[in-house]
This record gives sequence, C-alpha cells and structure tokens, in this order.
Amino acid sequence: MPIQVLMPALSPTMEKGNLAKWLKKEGEAIKSGDVIAEIETDKATMEVEATDEGTLGKILIPEGTADVAVNTPIATILADGESAADLAKAPAPAAKAAESAPPAAAKAEAPAPKAAPAPQAVAEPDPEVPAGTEMVTQTIREALRDAMAEEMRRDPDVFVMGEEVAEYQGAYKVTQGLLQEFGARRVIDTPITEHGFAGVGVGAAMTGLKPVVEFMTFNFAMQAIDQIINSAAKTLYMSGGQMGCSIVFRGPNGAAARVAAQHSQDYSAWYSNVPGLKVVAPFSAADYKGLLKAAIRDPNPVIFLENEVLYGHTGEVPKLDDFVIPIGKARIVRTGSHVTIISWSNGMTYALKAADELAKDGIEAEVIDLRTLRPMDTETIVNSVKKTGRAVTVEEGWAQSGVGAEIAARIMENAFDYLDAPVARVAGKDVPMPYAANLEKLALPSAAEVVEAAKAVCYR
Amino acid sequence: MAAPKKAAATSPHDKTDGGSPPEFTREQELKALRDMLLIRRFEEKAGQLYGMGAIGGFCHLYIGQEAVVVGMQMALKEGDQVITGYRDHGHMLATGMDANGVMAELTGRRGGYSKGKGGSMHMFSKEKHFYGGHGIVGAQVSLGTGLAFANNYRSNGNVSVTYFGDGAANQGQVYESFNMAELWKLPVIYVIENNRYAMGTSVSRASAQQDFSKRGVSFNIPGKQVDGMDVRAVKAAGEEAAAWCRAGKGPYILEMQTYRYRGHSMSDPAKYRTREEVEKVRHDQDPIEQVRNRLLAAKVSEADLKAIDAEVRDIVNASADFAQHDPEPDAAELWTDVYR
Repeated sequence: MPIQVLMPALSPTMEKGNLAKWLKKEGEAIKSGDVIAEIETDKATMEVEATDEGTLGKILIPEGTADVAVNTPIATILADGESAADLAKAPAPAAKAAESAPPAAAKAEAPAPKAAPAPQAVAEPDPEVPAGTEMVTQTIREALRDAMAEEMRRDPDVFVMGEEVAEYQGAYKVTQGLLQEFGARRVIDTPITEHGFAGVGVGAAMTGLKPVVEFMTFNFAMQAIDQIINSAAKTLYMSGGQMGCSIVFRGPNGAAARVAAQHSQDYSAWYSNVPGLKVVAPFSAADYKGLLKAAIRDPNPVIFLENEVLYGHTGEVPKLDDFVIPIGKARIVRTGSHVTIISWSNGMTYALKAADELAKDGIEAEVIDLRTLRPMDTETIVNSVKKTGRAVTVEEGWAQSGVGAEIAARIMENAFDYLDAPVARVAGKDVPMPYAANLEKLALPSAAEVVEAAKAVCYR
Repeated sequence: MAAPKKAAATSPHDKTDGGSPPEFTREQELKALRDMLLIRRFEEKAGQLYGMGAIGGFCHLYIGQEAVVVGMQMALKEGDQVITGYRDHGHMLATGMDANGVMAELTGRRGGYSKGKGGSMHMFSKEKHFYGGHGIVGAQVSLGTGLAFANNYRSNGNVSVTYFGDGAANQGQVYESFNMAELWKLPVIYVIENNRYAMGTSVSRASAQQDFSKRGVSFNIPGKQVDGMDVRAVKAAGEEAAAWCRAGKGPYILEMQTYRYRGHSMSDPAKYRTREEVEKVRHDQDPIEQVRNRLLAAKVSEADLKAIDAEVRDIVNASADFAQHDPEPDAAELWTDVYR
C-alpha cells in the first residue's frame, strides 16, 4: 500500500510551515534517509528525510506552498511493485500518522493551542492606540524583535546578550536579524553560563548601560536568580538610591509543549514576590511590542516573561513610530457584567475561550489581561469586581502562593463587601509538569475549568 | 622545535619575585603609610563601636590586609572601578570615600553612604567608582566582569579591579566570569585576597589548588602571586596587571598573599588558628610597620610620623562622633529607593 509522507513539525509548538523545496521528483527512487524536501517556518528550516524506501509516487503539496498544517500529507511513496494505480489506495492520513512520522504523530495529540490568532479575541479597542491607526499583522516573535531593534536604534547603550542570540539568530528566533543590523559588539552570544552572564549584565547596567539579557528559558534563570534578586533588584535600595540597574531579563516562561518538568515552570509568582523588580507578562502581539519597549527604557530591572507557545501567534500591532505601553496597567479586553476573569500571558487563551463559551450560556464575563504582575494594577481588578461581584483567576503556574492567590487577597482587602461569591482560582495542577501528552494536558488549566469556575461563582 | 608562540605572549604564572620590589619615593611611602593607617584606625574604631552596640549586624574588619587596597589604588587611574565583597571598609577608604559617610553607614544613620539602608556590606560611590560592597560570596566577580564589559563596550580605557577572597575563589560563577573575561578580552584585574581563611576554613582544607594565581590557567588568564603585606610589591603588580588590561590583552589575576588579624566577623570563635600564628604575622610582616621602619631608616622624624598618626586619629574620631550623633533615617526612607 502506498505510504504517505506527512508535513512534519520542527518543534512541539509548530502548527504550520512552508514547503520550500522538493529535492526529489515524482518517479525518482527513494532510499530511507534520503532528503526529499525542505520545509521552513519563520523560526527555522528543516530537511524532510524519507523513512521508507520506494519511489516518489506523487507530490501532493507543490513547493512554494505556504502555511501547510502539520500532519498534512505532502507526498506518497510507492513500495516496490506498486504503481501509480495504487495511489488511490493510500490510507487516511490520521490512521497512518502514528507509524510513519513519530514527531508529527506526537504533535497530533499534543495540547497545542488553536491556530486562531490570539488578539483577535480582543473585543475592546486598546486605549493606548489612537483611533484610525494603521495596524500591521505580526507574529509575537516579530513584535519582540522589532521592539528590541527600535530601542537599539534609539539608544546606543542598549545591547542584547544571551545564549544563541547572535549567529544562531535566537534559540526561538526572537533576535532574528539583530546581529546583522547591530553587529557583534551589541548582539552578544554568551557561553552557557546563566549565573555568570546575568552577573555580567547587572555589572554593566550598574555603569549605566542598558542590557537586554535573554534566557533561553526562565527555567535556566534559576541558575542566575541570585544575581537577578540580590544584585539587580536590591542594589538601588542598598545604595540609598545612588546606584540602580536598568536591565531587562527576558525569555520564554512557563509551559511550552511536551518538554516536561524542568523546562515547563511558570515563574510569575517567584519574581512578582520581589520588591525592586518589575514583572511583565503580556499576551497580545501589540502588548509584547509596546511593553518590551517600555521595559528597555525603564530605569529599573524588569523581568519580561514571554511564552513560547505564543511566539508564532499573530496579532495586529499599531504601525506607529514609537509605540510604548506603560508598565503597570491592566487592560479590559472584554467587557461583561456577570463575572470578572483575570489572567495574563498564555492564561488569557483559556480565559478568552471560556468567555466565549460562557456567553453561549448567557453569562457575560469581563476579561482582564493583567499584562504587568508587578506593580499590579489593583484598581482595574477591584473596579471590575465591584461591578460583577465575582472573580476567577487563571494562571498556568501553581496555585499555592501564586499570583491568583495574591489577586484574591487584594480583592478581599479592597472589595470584600462587593463579593457575591468567594474568588475562584484556576491554576496549574500541584505537580511537576508531566511529559505524556494526556497528563500534560491535565496538568495545565483549560477553558473548561475556567467555565466551570465561572459558573460556580455565579452559582450556575 | 620552536617554542610555542602562545607561551611567550602570555605572562607566566610567576611566584613572588625573589628580589625587593621597586622602592617608593618618600612621598609615596608617606601616602601609603597615611592611607593604611587610616584604614587600620578606622577599623579599630569600628570594632569598638560594634562592641558598644552602635554598629549592628555583620562587621568584617580589614585589619592586616591594608597594603592590598592601598597598593592597588596607587596603581590605578581616575575612572578605574573597584568592586569587592563584604570585607569592604578598607576598599572604600582607599578609593577616597569619606570616613564620615562610611562610619555613619555602619551605625545605620542618614548620613551614611546608603542613607543607613545598606550597612557594612552594601555601600557604593559613583563619584569614586566604587561599585560595592556585596554580601553574596562571589557575586561581585561576575559584577566586576560586567564593569569591565562596560569599559570594553565604551572603549574608555578603564580597568575594573575586582576583589574577592580565597573562599570566594571556589565559587562557580568565578570561573564562568573568567571564561567570558578572557573570551572577550575584558579589562579586569581579579585580585584574590588570600588571607588564608574563608571564615574559619583554612585554604588547605577548602582548596584543591592552593596557588590562586593558577586559577585562571584553564582559561589562559595570566596570574601572579604577590606579597600582599608589602605595599610596594602590590603597587608594582597592580601596575603590571593594569598595563596588561589596558593593552587589550584581557584579564589578569593577582593573588595577594595577606593575612587578617581579626576574626572573620565580630563573633569569630578564633578556634581555627593559634594566637601565636597571628602574633607572628603581626610581628614579622605588618604592612604598616614595614613602611614606618623604612621611613625611620630614611631619617623621617618621629615627629613627622606622629603628625600623620594625629591626622588619621582626628579623621577617625570625627567619623565616630558623626556616626553616633547623625540622626537615624527618617521613617519615610523605608519606602524610598525601591524603584526610580
């Protein structure tokens, strides 16, 4: 029976890619291990190797096709003795996926977010953007890159350092093109020594330079957390205001997909606990751009928590010469009167989906994207809860001593008399992140859990 | 076979040179004496104030090690930065920071360098290019490497003098920093103040490689052991290292062989070494007595030396007076300087 070749995934978070080139023609003999095609995403390129022997029967997706979804059949391979007439016998793609393309098969069950661009769910116009502003569609990855490039053009003291930020173009391709534009003096590949290079960055910042330190993930920043907290966050205070530290620590935080416990932790609560730090965790592409620019300009150390799952998501970013969003302001992205849902970063994915579901049942949820965790915009939360009388927090991190717990406490302190129900928390389960796809899905929050929590606080 | 070129290009890991270091001029001897005496008397006074309860928390005295910072400072140029760990009062005074401001910080008063919010281990002076005063063992090594990174970024010709002890020399981030400093040819002098004890653990009990000048060997960083009790040897080594850095050749390690007379901090049990050991160093190697004896041999009068003593005592007494009478910080200061 002819074998189908499926569009592979380059990473656990890839959803689609471009078929750049076919290296074999229809009718050509293929051995296992032959490179038959090249595929690419905005992040990387990869060669597709044949895992079966035979003849390339039919190319199903011509080269140059963009946005081919992962697991789409891209070609068929005929085994010895088979002919073009057998092509019709090719199995349904889903059935064959598990055997012929292991990474793609894993992907099929992975709890990947839907391809729907995140910010399109945003109902409320952004108050920071003047009416009539032209918008450009960008991935979050591009928005971050542009934010850094714009700030580097504006201020020669801004530089970027981290693992693979320069020649490799960023482990997640966030720093793509920066080396070419700004050179090796300002885009610096470091050895794999988080503790050391974080300290080097802080020392440079003490002299007035403005480093953007990229951690390949915040999981690795645990090695550097002494420098972040003891040196960056506390020096201004310890010096009586004499010596501060304008520095951004940025990189993906929290769960990606299928990378298990040591690469999946959400550090929102850890950093938001520390006075002297500002902590930003945006969701929309526009916020990623505007807040990173604000973070780079901020005279204080800023922890900029990104989310790998969101990097490839697209959104509308205002086409303005200098689009900066102030740190410390939450945003109401959907108005409603029955319950307030508060989240940030990828938690917003569940919150917004849940709001759509709830609307079908006649529950109008007000959804707040916190955007900044420290300083926290208590006023926006409290004003909303005074209106709705009910609140649900949504976070991927653990519940104990989490940001949701902090929000609940602030609501209790500031709007106790307005509450019609106890605040509900939806959070990551109280376990290290498991690897198995089904367990991972269970460990993370879901829209269904948010719906359930919202209904519970509405006594529905 | 020709000798490898690389060996010639990097300085060997010298032992302390056998001969005497270059002589000081009379002015240099007098300055060294005065600056070392200021540190000694200041630290003695700090010890007294600690005993009286005027200084709280941790207080790590520099007595015995004065030649290291004074000699190094004599080798530096305006703009060179200094950063160190928690045994930092001597470094601050050597960079020219005001004794009143340092002592008032020790007593936690508003006139202290950090408005009373930093204490003994956390003081800074932008004006004097002193970058702290750091309480986490080894952290200043990465930070000091960052100062050098900034010098390199700005091409300003300045050198970062990064001090740490024999204890900190075993921290992991020290080697992460060594690697980057040599890789990027950063102008940093790593001054390892080997005072023989990390708290109460002697070098022989904590360090597999006890020759700290060799700690950069696997990174190709040259190093040198220096008699850290002889201010002239320190200055000469400092100048050599600074020239190396300023020539764009990267970092340099100086192991200063020195000794701390007092305990690690004020609550030291003093059980890990003998009284005789301390007395022998004081008697044979005291950095201040070495200079004083040379000056006397050169026919400087006792009266001239007493005048220096008197000047230093006046500064120290005034600082103690200031530090005890300056008001505590205003309660509102609790909330300032968290962000700017």
